[in-house]
Amino acid sequence: MATNIVPGKAYGFFTDTSVCIGCKACEVACKEWNQLPATDNGFLGDSLDNTGTLDGQNWRHVKFIDNVPDETMGTGNGKPFLLMSDVCKHCTHASCMDVCPTGAIIRTEFDTVFIQGSVCNGCRNCIAACPYDVIDIDPQQDVARKCTLCYDRLQGGMEPACAKACPTESIQFGPLDELREKAEKRLAQVHAQGTSEANLYGHDEKVYGGLHAFFLLMDKPEAYKLPVAEDAVLPQRNNLGGYLGLVGTAVVGLFGAIFALRNRGSVARGAPPPEPPSPGAAP
Amino acid sequence: MTLVVATEHFAGPPEWTWYILFYFFLAGLAGGCYFLATLLRYWGTAADEAVARIGFYVALPATLLGAILLTLDLKQPLRFWHMLFNTTPGQFGLNFNSTTPMSVGVWALLVASLFAAVSFIDALARDRRGRAILRGAAGMAWSVVGSIVYLFIAGYTGVLLSVSNQPIWSDTWALGGLFLASGLSGAAALLLLLSRNRSGVEATRGVLESSEALFTVLELVLLVLVLLTLIDDGTLGKALSFPWLLLWLAALAGMLPALGGLTGRRFRATSGGAVAAARLQAWALGPTLVLLGVLALRAWVIFTAQH
Repeated sequence: MATNIVPGKAYGFFTDTSVCIGCKACEVACKEWNQLPATDNGFLGDSLDNTGTLDGQNWRHVKFIDNVPDETMGTGNGKPFLLMSDVCKHCTHASCMDVCPTGAIIRTEFDTVFIQGSVCNGCRNCIAACPYDVIDIDPQQDVARKCTLCYDRLQGGMEPACAKACPTESIQFGPLDELREKAEKRLAQVHAQGTSEANLYGHDEKVYGGLHAFFLLMDKPEAYKLPVAEDAVLPQRNNLGGYLGLVGTAVVGLFGAIFALRNRGSVARGAPPPEPPSPGAAP
Repeated sequence: MTLVVATEHFAGPPEWTWYILFYFFLAGLAGGCYFLATLLRYWGTAADEAVARIGFYVALPATLLGAILLTLDLKQPLRFWHMLFNTTPGQFGLNFNSTTPMSVGVWALLVASLFAAVSFIDALARDRRGRAILRGAAGMAWSVVGSIVYLFIAGYTGVLLSVSNQPIWSDTWALGGLFLASGLSGAAALLLLLSRNRSGVEATRGVLESSEALFTVLELVLLVLVLLTLIDDGTLGKALSFPWLLLWLAALAGMLPALGGLTGRRFRATSGGAVAAARLQAWALGPTLVLLGVLALRAWVIFTAQH
């Protein structure tokens, strides 16, 4: 049933990695709708992945995490690949918004995070801040770009292109509260099937206040290169310490300079050396 | 039991490279020069005025050149003013984001340029017409406030790096202080370099040599603090990995002349030292090494985290 999309309500993705088959339909749909060019990466030789990473022109990326066991596993226990369609997490507490100096990164009426291309000046502070390595410069437009959660489609009442194209419903779009309920039920189902290591990532407030694109993972978050809750911290945490260190150094530096002025250079030179006699000078 | 829990970093590098490196270098020197110039003029002797003017002469072009480099580093340089004015439709107005040192720093740079420009013109007026523009208590207040802004300029760049999710940068709180201390020692070295052929500034050079040594001790302490904080976060190995270790060693080597008094007249006291000191001054070896160390320190911090 199509989702009724209304401004003022929080929307997002629930990505169930247990049913991802790595078809990359999401990547293609994303590129088609957002008119992102195909990029020639050459042959990466990295498993079945030839996209490599999320960047300014790849806003969906199916990760193929090689997890082939050394020994033959029993029936149902083999996990040769962890598959995950990665995307911007549209964090509730977004590091990129935290550090954007131009106000280019805004929160939309659908509670998603959007970079205004006409405002961004390409300072790349958001790239340094994003803990998921999502944002990058689009070399054609020379501004920072990432998944918009199909902002334009949402405004037109349509679900995002990737979710629409996903053949296994690994990517589900909807109101955040409904998705969270679905995710809890799905997790219980997967656990009941015997995959005890399955877990939800970003569905609650522990990670950046809750992710608008959250995941059911089949392994621990680190395996997918996702920071655990303790490491999911905002860049602004270092403002206080950094500025205090700066002020402390300035005060010590000031005292040092005043000391040097008062002692007129005795620190570096030691005791004032005698002036050498100039040759030919009158006795 | 694990004593050190490594912080996981999955953030991608912002690719801040050469423009940013030289901007950080110039910001440190400009900040240090304005600060030292103010101290020399208002808390030194009349003989210190000549070097104070050099400091004020350096601060403005270094700031402007730094601002140009900063602009060139943007992927959309013509939109540099978006840092100052919000161009979001319907939200036009001034831009200020206190949670990022980049925004605070841009405004500080603008204010600092104003202080530097007036002080520059004042130094010109003193040299050309023998009359000061910045006079009395008002002139002193102007320079003191300018110095505070410039101390911020010299060090906020380190805080800017820390306020990220990058490895190394975000694992330490001491980068701001480190860059400030290094900028101050670099500024003292630069003033020594620029005043080396001037007569009548020997006493001032002594003050600069002492300051440089003290600032370098402070820098060394902060460098140790940076390394200690990196141990705590498990990124020390990355910070001191080859080939970036060479930059760290170069930064350390740059501290030696100041610590050893190489830039001073110390060797005059030894047999034949007068000749050695004269050669060193002529080659300007000591201050040049200090400045290269200041540059290497910033290069180490910038590049090691992004590889």
